[in-house]
Amino acid sequence: MTRTAYINARLIDPATNLDAPGGLLVEDGKIADVGPRLFNDAKPANADIVDCKGQALAPGLIDLRVFTGEPGAEHRETLASAGESAAAGGVTSFAMMPVTDPVIDDAALVDFIKRRAAANAKVNVYPCAALTQGLKGTQMAELGLLQEAGAVAFTDADRTIASTLIMRRCLTYAANFDALVIAHAEDPALASVGHMNEGAFAARMGVGGIPAAAEAIVVERDMRLVELTGARYHLGQVSTAAALEIIAKAKARGLPVTCAVSAHHLVLNEQDIGEYKTFAKVSPALRSEEDRKAMVEGVRAGTIDAIVSSHDPQAPETKRLPFAQAAYGAVGLETLLPAALSLHHEAGVSLIDILRRLTLEPAKLLRMSAGRLAKGAPADLVLFDPGAPRKIDPIEFRSRSKNSPFKGRLMQGRVSRTIVAGTTVFSAV
Amino acid sequence: MTGLFARQHLLAIAPLTRQEIESLLDLGAEYVDLNRQISKKRDTLRGRTLINLFFEPSTRTQSSFELAGKRLGADTMNMSVNQSSLKKGETLIDTAMTLNAMRPDIIVIRHQDSGAVALLADKVSCSVVNAGDGAHEHPTQALLDALTIRRRLGRIEGLTVAICGDVLHSRVARSNVHLLTKLGARVRLVAPRTLMPAGAATWGAEIFTDLREGIKGADIVMMLRLQMERMTGSFLPSQREYFHFYGLDREKLALAKPGALVMHPGPMNRGVEIDSAIADDIDRSLIHEQVEMGVAARMAVLDALARQLPNAERKV
Repeated sequence: MTRTAYINARLIDPATNLDAPGGLLVEDGKIADVGPRLFNDAKPANADIVDCKGQALAPGLIDLRVFTGEPGAEHRETLASAGESAAAGGVTSFAMMPVTDPVIDDAALVDFIKRRAAANAKVNVYPCAALTQGLKGTQMAELGLLQEAGAVAFTDADRTIASTLIMRRCLTYAANFDALVIAHAEDPALASVGHMNEGAFAARMGVGGIPAAAEAIVVERDMRLVELTGARYHLGQVSTAAALEIIAKAKARGLPVTCAVSAHHLVLNEQDIGEYKTFAKVSPALRSEEDRKAMVEGVRAGTIDAIVSSHDPQAPETKRLPFAQAAYGAVGLETLLPAALSLHHEAGVSLIDILRRLTLEPAKLLRMSAGRLAKGAPADLVLFDPGAPRKIDPIEFRSRSKNSPFKGRLMQGRVSRTIVAGTTVFSAV
Repeated sequence: MTGLFARQHLLAIAPLTRQEIESLLDLGAEYVDLNRQISKKRDTLRGRTLINLFFEPSTRTQSSFELAGKRLGADTMNMSVNQSSLKKGETLIDTAMTLNAMRPDIIVIRHQDSGAVALLADKVSCSVVNAGDGAHEHPTQALLDALTIRRRLGRIEGLTVAICGDVLHSRVARSNVHLLTKLGARVRLVAPRTLMPAGAATWGAEIFTDLREGIKGADIVMMLRLQMERMTGSFLPSQREYFHFYGLDREKLALAKPGALVMHPGPMNRGVEIDSAIADDIDRSLIHEQVEMGVAARMAVLDALARQLPNAERKV
């Protein structure tokens, strides 16, 4: 039996609203004991001791939105490199988007991802499967068989299903299997002519705009469909105040609806595109400062359930292009924690509420037992210094891709150790 | 025959009383015996003209009605849509009026649109039998199913019947729910949510979206044909997924009552809604018996309707 005792920690557990000094004992990959006064009097016998030196010890982060390049674009990211990147970012589990080549729309591919990830990735990888075959938005994927193979949710990732009829049928069928659907909200026709948020800034730059309404229109439609079908619906990324208001109303009406925001949309706004910086070209687009503030308030109020990295590795050949031609997407696994912590340092959101949206809430959505500092739960943990200052340098990233819009930015929060099932998978030197 | 069924048309099961249904089943049972004799011919409908007007392709229903008419001594004529003048632009009602002018006594009609048979029945002076209209009703199928169950198990009252599959597009399911509930059976409807009609919970049947749950303890498992030809838009991901969750195989059938019987209105999609091992199992499958009962049930219906025709000669 392997035993590791984490002593002198600042325990943060959103599930029990615990934020206090204490200790935690890991036995055979599971949390064997945890508590504010644990190890106060005596160090445990027969255990390796890790002195946390007052740093925060929390459940490992659970990221609901990560793209990898495996299979099909391994030069951008493999399951192994995504695992390294996640571990360095304090992320112990992530849900993988099915946008690969081939698309994960077949039970055999779910099995492939699970096996490859188990063999090569340092963290837990939960494959999401396509909601429609080939992500084409016309014929639903084999949700039942995919779920049996281990797909945790169904999503066309960065695509909105244009046909209301197909979306309705997908939601009805998903409800049949009590499956979670992760939607993207961007009216395809409105979005087809733009590359960034519509407004004065885009107009001045001469870049086609995507109006905030493109998001609200789809979310409004989808809320009606959720009401009709009873499906579990999660908006993968909310970016506008208008859409968040619609979500809040749907929640108030008791609909089974949740949403997440990406770290990019919490920290950046359209102005961060600056001189056509393609690393800041993401989908949905970075929005106005008012929208960004609404996202921060959504996290504070709990209208937004989860914070995601929306990690999307892109290579120079897809990013070193004129803005309109460049691919969407930004890496984010290694900046997720400091970006989220900026809400604590700059907007006064409590540490525990930020962590709640990075651990417990995503775990609940995926119906996982992780995300808690509870006896018997998997020992997936992150040890970090919430206040440590740093300058973001993508060269240091473990990810194979370096397309970070946070390059050169001063942030606070540094992961010093990441533990998956009791094993340390990352340790800062 | 008690003569309880006294209508000009048979358009649906919904308006019928339990007594009307039982009188038709009693008459049907007599014809089953007749059909098993060497001489199957009666002259009940001698001199009468029966037209089978099929706007939708059909093998078993059309031949079943044709045989029923012939065994009762009627002159029968089959008309299917690809030979009809509808192709030349004639309206549906004009076609019916034209046929009506030829003075048939009974027209058997199948049409792809719900309500189309009733529309035609309104316009003609002869008797009309609905041989299936859209996703509305298929009354003679429900009668033959009931006849099959009654002969096999001796009763319908108190039985648990699970009707499984593509309920949304199924007129067979609708007619059977009406008939079986009127006769005191406990009816369950089992379908994935995309193939379960909105409001089915108000039909008097119990609703299940999981086949294993839905057939648990059932006396009769009635499988429906997956109507691929009626599906526009994405109702299901694939046939293999459908078979995995909603196809009847030995493993799932084991959850029903021991010895539970399996029915299917045909034509079957083997390996989609039903495994061949079940379909061909003579101890469990009533599928061929259903076809046999079909002729008898239709003879009963034609006989009963003929008794209401003007100038009917009452038989002793």
